[in-house]
Amino acid sequence: MTLAVEAIAWHQFFFVMFALLTCGFALGVLFSGNIVRMAFYLVLSLASSAGLFFLAGAEFVGAMQLMIYVGGTLVLLIFGVMLTAQDRFISLKTPAGEWVISLVIGGTLLSLLLAAAFRHEDWHTPNPEAAKQLTQSNAADTARLGLSLVGVRPDKLEDDKLTAGMSGYLFPFIIVSVHLLVVLVGAAYMARAKKRAATTAR
Amino acid sequence: MQTIADLLIDWKVWDPLAHVIRALVPCVLIIHLVAVGALIFIWLERKISGRIQDRLGPTRVGGRFGWLQTLADGIKLIAKEDITPGDADAMLFRIAPYVSFAASFAAWLAMPFAVGWSALDINVAVFFVLAVLGLEVFGVILAGYASGSKWSLFGAMREAAQVVSYEVPLGLCVVIPVFICGTMNLTTIGEMQQGFFTNWLIFHDPFTFCIFWVYLTCGVASVNRAPFDLAEAESELVAGFHTEYSGLRWSFFFMAEYGSMLLVSALAVILFLGAWHGPIPIFSQFLGWSATEGAHPIQIYLASLVGCANLILKASLGVIVMIWVRWTLPRLRIDQVMTTCLKYCVPLASFCFLGALAWQAWLPKMTPARLPAPFGIDRGAVREAWVKKQVASEAVPPTPDNSVPATPDTELSKTPETSALPPSLTGRPVTEKRADVMARAGPFGREESP
Repeated sequence: MTLAVEAIAWHQFFFVMFALLTCGFALGVLFSGNIVRMAFYLVLSLASSAGLFFLAGAEFVGAMQLMIYVGGTLVLLIFGVMLTAQDRFISLKTPAGEWVISLVIGGTLLSLLLAAAFRHEDWHTPNPEAAKQLTQSNAADTARLGLSLVGVRPDKLEDDKLTAGMSGYLFPFIIVSVHLLVVLVGAAYMARAKKRAATTAR
Repeated sequence: MQTIADLLIDWKVWDPLAHVIRALVPCVLIIHLVAVGALIFIWLERKISGRIQDRLGPTRVGGRFGWLQTLADGIKLIAKEDITPGDADAMLFRIAPYVSFAASFAAWLAMPFAVGWSALDINVAVFFVLAVLGLEVFGVILAGYASGSKWSLFGAMREAAQVVSYEVPLGLCVVIPVFICGTMNLTTIGEMQQGFFTNWLIFHDPFTFCIFWVYLTCGVASVNRAPFDLAEAESELVAGFHTEYSGLRWSFFFMAEYGSMLLVSALAVILFLGAWHGPIPIFSQFLGWSATEGAHPIQIYLASLVGCANLILKASLGVIVMIWVRWTLPRLRIDQVMTTCLKYCVPLASFCFLGALAWQAWLPKMTPARLPAPFGIDRGAVREAWVKKQVASEAVPPTPDNSVPATPDTELSKTPETSALPPSLTGRPVTEKRADVMARAGPFGREESP
């Protein structure tokens, strides 16, 4: 197929494009003062990183990114506007001290991540063959994800452990979701209590 | 779709240009579907609302039925002045309509119109469509906030609350066909409803019949149509989130609205109403014009074309139902909207979800008489496929390239025969698409044991 050779160049082109978009909008989050604009840039940045996932052939993860992160930021935006904005187009000024602290923390984390990334042997040169195999096998990915959630790991079928243990992620998953539910109920309770106090004070 | 690029490269077209053209073709087609669809549906809405209210609707522009009315309106909108209010956040205000439209458009990318006829054949298409559809509200919120007007902000807040809460029952409704079919691939879900209309998932069991109506309700709410159109309640909020908009930007909101209306009903058609299959399987069964029967590629193409028309026709009928509902029912109050969602839709959806699961578990053979299940997947058998597999030594270790495995006891082994057909006009056998789809049926296909 003649496409294979060309497809790589396009892949790189789109990778660089999405990566630039992600980083650019992330910078936009940093440097804009308006809370809604920040959220807007954040949504765009997260959506571009979803584009990176789609490009890598991880469609489920990409859609998940859209659903959870982008949709979540949306809700955050709504609450940001509803609960915090007393005036229209409020702008947040970051004090110089906070800039310094965040630069130190962010810089440390970045250097750590970069070091880890460059230490990874497989990532030194692009490996189109492995990428091709991955994108071709993605058809079963969702099924595999679902199976491994309940403890069936098709990728580890050679091991005999599976039939014995069948340890999946269902239990941690349930725990996390119950935890989130508790957090939600707590948030609703707190929002409610505040309102009640306000009405009794009046 | 790759075939277009292949063909152009064969014609010695410059490679990057060929790929760009290949990418543009589906995009342009979808933009046309959304934009022309909006033109037609706006005209249809005015006609239908007129008839419901004992009026004539538009009659003047363009001959007998006033069918050029929307086009004239469109030209008027283009000619209008583009106003940005002084109080507005100009950048967000300008960008909001495009965000709305882009979300409505992007969701179409994953929708199949017939087997292999989709811009992107995504394995998790249902999930993708839902995720992207949820983003449309983002444009509305931006518009409401950036307009710098209290009417707009009220409208946006109402819409946000409504859409966020209606996503829960909508998701629950969509999960049921996914469970029954055992896949999130819309093409596979559509192909599973092959045959007579009794094979459509809406007639699968009483619970899916129920859930279809719940889905329709939630769909109407999630695209913000009356009786759930609180975000633009004319009597209270002037025009809600698009109060401050004029001209082309305003019409982008309308294109997004009609685009996602069509999208929601097309999704309903694929999930519940037999996708691109007609009520009577003329092409696939009587004429044998399908890939599995070894038909000529032109016949398959024609069958796909009719299937595509089928899908769009059924989706348009869904839109007409939405229009009918809009002009029949009065608008709900915000508390009634929330009551409908939380007290009726969510419990109903959950109950039907459990019911459909129970039906699948205990009564898989109770489904109406149907033709042989495609892909060798019996609908009821999907559930047990992976459980059996683990202990058995015959378990196929997953090959990384996911080529069609040659397990003798599945229907998948038939694919080599079908792919040995004459190539189609487009340079690549259409049956290969079919084989792709079959391969994408994933582990369920190959692990199923009799």
